[in-house]
Amino acid sequence: MSKQINVALIGNPNTGKTSVFNALTGLNQKVGNYPGITVEKKQGVCKLPRGVKAHIIDLPGTYSLNASSLDENVVIELLLNKNDKDFPDIAVVVSDVENLKRNLLLFTQIKDLEIPTILVINMADRMRYKGISLDIEYLEEHLQTKIALISTRKNEGIDELKQLISNYKVVSVTPCLNPSNIDKTYFESLEKAFPNQSLYKLWLVITQDVNFGKTDRNEVQAIASFKTKSKADLKRLQQKETIKRYQFINNVLKKGQTIDRSQAKDLRSKLDRVLTHKIFGYLIFFIILLTIFQAIYDWAQIPMEFIDGAFASLGELTKNTLPEGAFTNLIAEGIIPGLGGIVIFIPQIAFLFLFIAVLEESGYMSRVVFLMDRVMRRFGLSGKSVVPLISGTACAIPAIMATRNIESWKERLITILVTPFTTCSARLPVYLIIIELVIPEGRFLGLGYQPLTLMLLYLIGFGTSVFSAWILNKVLKIRSKTFFVVEMPNYKLPLFKNVGLTVLEKTKSFVFGAGKIILAISIVLWFLASYGPGENFNNAENIVKTEFASQNLSQGELQQKIASHKLEHSFIGITGRAIEPAIRPLGYDWKIGIALISSFAAREVFVGTLATIYSVEDDDVDTITNRMAKDTNRITGGKLFTLASGISLLLFYAFAMQCMSTLAIVKKETNTWKWPVLQLIIMTAFAYIVALIAFQFLK
Amino acid sequence: MQDTLAHLKRGEKGIITDVSSNHIPLKLLEMGCLPGNSVELLQVAPFKDPMYLNINGTHLAIRKETAMHIQIEKVSHE
Repeated sequence: MSKQINVALIGNPNTGKTSVFNALTGLNQKVGNYPGITVEKKQGVCKLPRGVKAHIIDLPGTYSLNASSLDENVVIELLLNKNDKDFPDIAVVVSDVENLKRNLLLFTQIKDLEIPTILVINMADRMRYKGISLDIEYLEEHLQTKIALISTRKNEGIDELKQLISNYKVVSVTPCLNPSNIDKTYFESLEKAFPNQSLYKLWLVITQDVNFGKTDRNEVQAIASFKTKSKADLKRLQQKETIKRYQFINNVLKKGQTIDRSQAKDLRSKLDRVLTHKIFGYLIFFIILLTIFQAIYDWAQIPMEFIDGAFASLGELTKNTLPEGAFTNLIAEGIIPGLGGIVIFIPQIAFLFLFIAVLEESGYMSRVVFLMDRVMRRFGLSGKSVVPLISGTACAIPAIMATRNIESWKERLITILVTPFTTCSARLPVYLIIIELVIPEGRFLGLGYQPLTLMLLYLIGFGTSVFSAWILNKVLKIRSKTFFVVEMPNYKLPLFKNVGLTVLEKTKSFVFGAGKIILAISIVLWFLASYGPGENFNNAENIVKTEFASQNLSQGELQQKIASHKLEHSFIGITGRAIEPAIRPLGYDWKIGIALISSFAAREVFVGTLATIYSVEDDDVDTITNRMAKDTNRITGGKLFTLASGISLLLFYAFAMQCMSTLAIVKKETNTWKWPVLQLIIMTAFAYIVALIAFQFLK
Repeated sequence: MQDTLAHLKRGEKGIITDVSSNHIPLKLLEMGCLPGNSVELLQVAPFKDPMYLNINGTHLAIRKETAMHIQIEKVSHE
């Protein structure tokens, strides 16, 4: 007989909660979203002893049940709603042995919800270095729980944890704190009004409603009439509650935990002395950034060339094996080059996600937040804006979600508005292909011109975000309290499993997310490029033959001319030429114009679009870059991709707002269309002007 | 004159005596910034802002403007 139980993993940030989740579920996990909001929902399945299956949900990290952000609110929403299908049969609170005292605060809160609660003490392998010893029996007795002492790093204690989870029925549900101790009169009157309900739950609902204005809760109802206290009063009570909880925790730990400081080896302070140093700290940060960019450029080259070649031969193979016809053409000229255009960037994107994951996992990112806060504040940002700005180099969408822990609304809004200027991974394919076409291969001080150009583009991205933040800070009239609290976690060697899973998950969602759009667009584009109206398209062969009758063209050249003529008069050619006057001053032709327009679905579509257009035109098997390099400008007759038009294109992509998904997320996070619409208009107009100036100066 | 956290120098320690709860986010209190707890200033960024502290065993950074609302008593080195 198999049976399923619901397990909720809860814990402070930086306790290794995700490592515990990974250790329990391995690859049996999926990441989604909570309905209606953009908070990430991680779930997985774990087999327990005696054929029991556990459905594990990894709740967002939180310091307490008094939620102050959307992510944290998810935790309390679930734990207060017994009718939710994910409502846990058992809560597993993950704590870090070095921060046990603070971690226990959340534990006592969860326990007071009268849900069976197990305490996991993680990072047990560090106890020896820190001179910590624990009396587990004593702690279990006084916290009235079961404790699993584990180390995800050494893979120790996981089986014992599974054992404890499967025995969840014996775990006590006695609360730790009697709410009446906080304020006798208030809680007694509350009890009188709602005699049959848990006081702590009532109290949570009251304080949370102040912050989140939720109305619908299945278990605890009719509170509205009971908001007798002012916000400041409630906060004072919350403070008192916190003090009471710490008193309880301190009493338990006095006997349950001993710390021999003389045993402690302090690697953290040694590292901090260098990494947060007033000069070296910044220097090291800069060197790390530089290394990342050079690495992305150099290391990814080999797999990329391989993928490029593979897709070119795959197209050829399809053409040679499948029977000739429209369907084969659609696959060989529409879908394969379109997909190849995105698959080729997997190595670079994976590297980028890898570096970001390592920076986060190691605890270094918090040091950067610390170093940069003062500088960023000058531009109306927060030190915490550095995290979105850096992860914006992967993708603006998770970056904008990462702004949630910025306490001040003004700083957060500005961060959201300027993040799309950072060079996201979708720009990378566009940059790389254009850089390869127009920037010479030479070297300067040992660094190649091409990687230097890329680095420069990243700097332009950062520079523009910071500069526009400065303007927004002057323009926006928002007064909001600025709070800034950032935990400085201990340094950790990143766990291979955690980093690997993150990279895998993020790359997968990038490729499939973009893949779907690109697939759809390349099919549409192929049809538009392969068919056209009227005499000019359908009779192209005769027209071209007559036109060039006097010149002695070879069969191949003639075919080429016919194909170009057809493309120009296809549906897509007609559209493209209609918009050409608008983009000609920027140095683009109609093909780039089509790529620009389709880029508004997502930037990386640019490459796929050009790939599809070029392969419809040119039957020869060749890589996309070679085809682009050969192309000429219809009007000037010179090369289409020159230094001037290339730079103009690079700058256009650097500044323009061309991502519908980002606009959608900005709308969700700011709760109005005002900001995304302004972003779209201002960024794109700015991009146009800069690209125009660049081309006119360079040509 | 009562000292505030902002008056600590690098490496100095103190005991928190009072926090004005109107100016301090609940989150900071929950992380251990409560009267009676010990505090040590570990590192400072340029212009002493933000400040990297060890409060009651928790390592965290806050801005100077927040530190000014936390009253402390310095603990001198013996």
